Amino acid sequence: MSASNELLAMEAGADLLRFSTCGSVDDGKSTLIGRLLYDTKSIFEDQLEHVEDVSRRRGDEYTNLALLTDGLRAEREQGITIDVAYRYFATPRRKFIIADTPGHVQYTRNMVTGASTANLAIVLIDARQGVVEQTRRHSLIASLLRIPHLVFAINKMDLVGWDEAVYRRIESDVRSFAARLDVQDLCFIPMSALHGDNVVNRSDKTPWYAGPPLLAHLESVFIASDHNLIDVRFPVQWVVRPQSPEYHDYRGYAGQVAGGVLRTGDEVVVLPSGMPAKVARIETFDGPVEEAFPPMSVIVHLASDVDVSRGDMLCRAHNRPVVGQDLEAMVCWMTDQPLRPKAKYALKHTTRTTRAMISNLQYRMDVNTGHRTEGVSELGLNDIGRISLRTMAPIFYDEYRRNRTTGSFILVDEATNATVGAGMLLSEPRWTGA
Amino acid sequence: MPSYLLDHLSALEHEAVHILREMAAERERPALLFSGGKDSIVLLRLAEKAFRPARLPFPIVHVDTGHNFPEAIEYRDRRVKELGERLIVASVEESIKKGRVVEEKGPRASRNRLQTTTLLDCIEEHQFDACIGGGRRDEERARAKERIFSHRDEFGQWDPKNQRPELWSLYNARLRKGEHFRVFPISNWTELDVWMYVKREKLELPSIYYSHTREVFTRDGMLYAAADFIQRLPNEVVTKEVVRFRTVGDMSCTGAVRSTAATIDEVIAEVAAARVTERGATRADDRFTEAAMEDRKKEGYF
Repeated sequence: MSASNELLAMEAGADLLRFSTCGSVDDGKSTLIGRLLYDTKSIFEDQLEHVEDVSRRRGDEYTNLALLTDGLRAEREQGITIDVAYRYFATPRRKFIIADTPGHVQYTRNMVTGASTANLAIVLIDARQGVVEQTRRHSLIASLLRIPHLVFAINKMDLVGWDEAVYRRIESDVRSFAARLDVQDLCFIPMSALHGDNVVNRSDKTPWYAGPPLLAHLESVFIASDHNLIDVRFPVQWVVRPQSPEYHDYRGYAGQVAGGVLRTGDEVVVLPSGMPAKVARIETFDGPVEEAFPPMSVIVHLASDVDVSRGDMLCRAHNRPVVGQDLEAMVCWMTDQPLRPKAKYALKHTTRTTRAMISNLQYRMDVNTGHRTEGVSELGLNDIGRISLRTMAPIFYDEYRRNRTTGSFILVDEATNATVGAGMLLSEPRWTGA
Repeated sequence: MPSYLLDHLSALEHEAVHILREMAAERERPALLFSGGKDSIVLLRLAEKAFRPARLPFPIVHVDTGHNFPEAIEYRDRRVKELGERLIVASVEESIKKGRVVEEKGPRASRNRLQTTTLLDCIEEHQFDACIGGGRRDEERARAKERIFSHRDEFGQWDPKNQRPELWSLYNARLRKGEHFRVFPISNWTELDVWMYVKREKLELPSIYYSHTREVFTRDGMLYAAADFIQRLPNEVVTKEVVRFRTVGDMSCTGAVRSTAATIDEVIAEVAAARVTERGATRADDRFTEAAMEDRKKEGYF
């Protein structure tokens, strides 16, 4: 595509899709990303030259596109990806952000990190091997993190002679285990990343495949409903109070809409006080707006003089989040020091930070099988498990599956300040008050 | 039925505004690092978007190598005045006079690396705990891995192997005394995004970003502006060329590209068609070793 076409379309309003990939070099993940970047002209000559040069010096037999994403010295030295790398490319329809993460079990936390902001995940399957442990793990993590769209890229089809039966069997195997996962949108694409079949261009080797090539799918997948547009949630982030006579009475509540569509004139309540108020106007630097939706950052003005500060939340009177201190959550543990019951951490949820104590560790989940082991005493690095927590102050939350913004939190070790846990909230605990 | 989907530039803008407000809310003494380059000019606009009609909750800090493009300095002073904000200038010249750093000698001398000490001294003097920078992940390999809230220890150093995981848009802004953050609100922007935003926001840029005739000489395949303080090698001849700059850094390490792009639209068309990254084309500082940026960043560079 020509540069000028690309520009015209992008200026007309291309949107943004964030997707994650996970896998190791063996799966052809780097080849796939390299292919997407190369075929959309997003790899620059000096980057490619650099990769070719380093590949030669290392004695690699082919241009190792993994070197593009493996940015840190330690990664290149050890030939592994140890962290999330972000890559960018654009087509006339969309701009893409790739969160590229390593696929091995010892990097579960990196996969979880990359998945946390993704609209879509690509799970690579080697057609020769079919569904393996890693396929289940990646799918499970994508489902747990509520990535709305999953693409199974059935790669290396050239090595199985473009056999439709192989593709169908893998698709059916995936569907049978995915039935137990909570994923809304599944898609399967037979491809050869190495040769470019069905990546950017449709392949003539798959007459039996009616779907789009990968890039066309990425460009067209419907993402407008990925955000929750039903439940109005506005966590107050910052109070704008200009210290000048001209703006003497100005008091605006700045924040990023976390759910629903907030409109001028809406009757809202302020949490935790429960005080009712009316939205007088919604403004941005560029002027007032009639409505605000996720992930817009705006300033809200209320008609009445109510007390509102950072950490408070605006919502509709008849559609409130859960206000609670006893939480149930799935948590991914991100540090060597294990999670144990009774331990205390700082908990950050939307714009509110409080302290939390782990009141119970219910089970550890095997990320390969989904199997739950109860009666464990701790969660180690990269473990995922279900916990109960008690917070010092109430938080205003929704179930993670309903809203990824108001349903997520991080735990921070107050001694080291390290981010040690990533939590996804479950529905209100049934046992409270029982 | 309205579509509740932002175009990609707006999505990036709203993300950046959220990051800036989060930083202002969670840190006590932030500062915005301003170079006069397009990325920091975009940052200033984003700061206006985040905090107006109030004043910015931080000063603007410029690390002045003394070897800047005069156009960039002129632009800086004018823009700061327009905004009515506070400017702090940290001077490499002063650091040299005080003996904090030693000036490099010879034709390849540059004050680029010396800036790190000046910057860290400035951070310490003003006790800044969060410095907003215009770094982007598409610029360079090491930056592709950097967090939006990027932690620096009490020596100002970055530890790439021990970064805090950064999930959702929940930034961990906790620090111990003496440590600080570098905060990168435009991490997810590309060079093209920045230019498209400059156009959309009708931002003025220093004139050197657009095509002009300049005295230059060729070194290591790059065009450098001729300046009194840059010593030339015997075979380096000054010629007049029609050029523009893709990045604006210290004159001693910022190369020009031959270009006739004199308007924003022409620049955008050129950037969209570019086959070489802006740093690869024009920044000698990233060419030293395979991990040049990673090494400088570990020391506390921007």
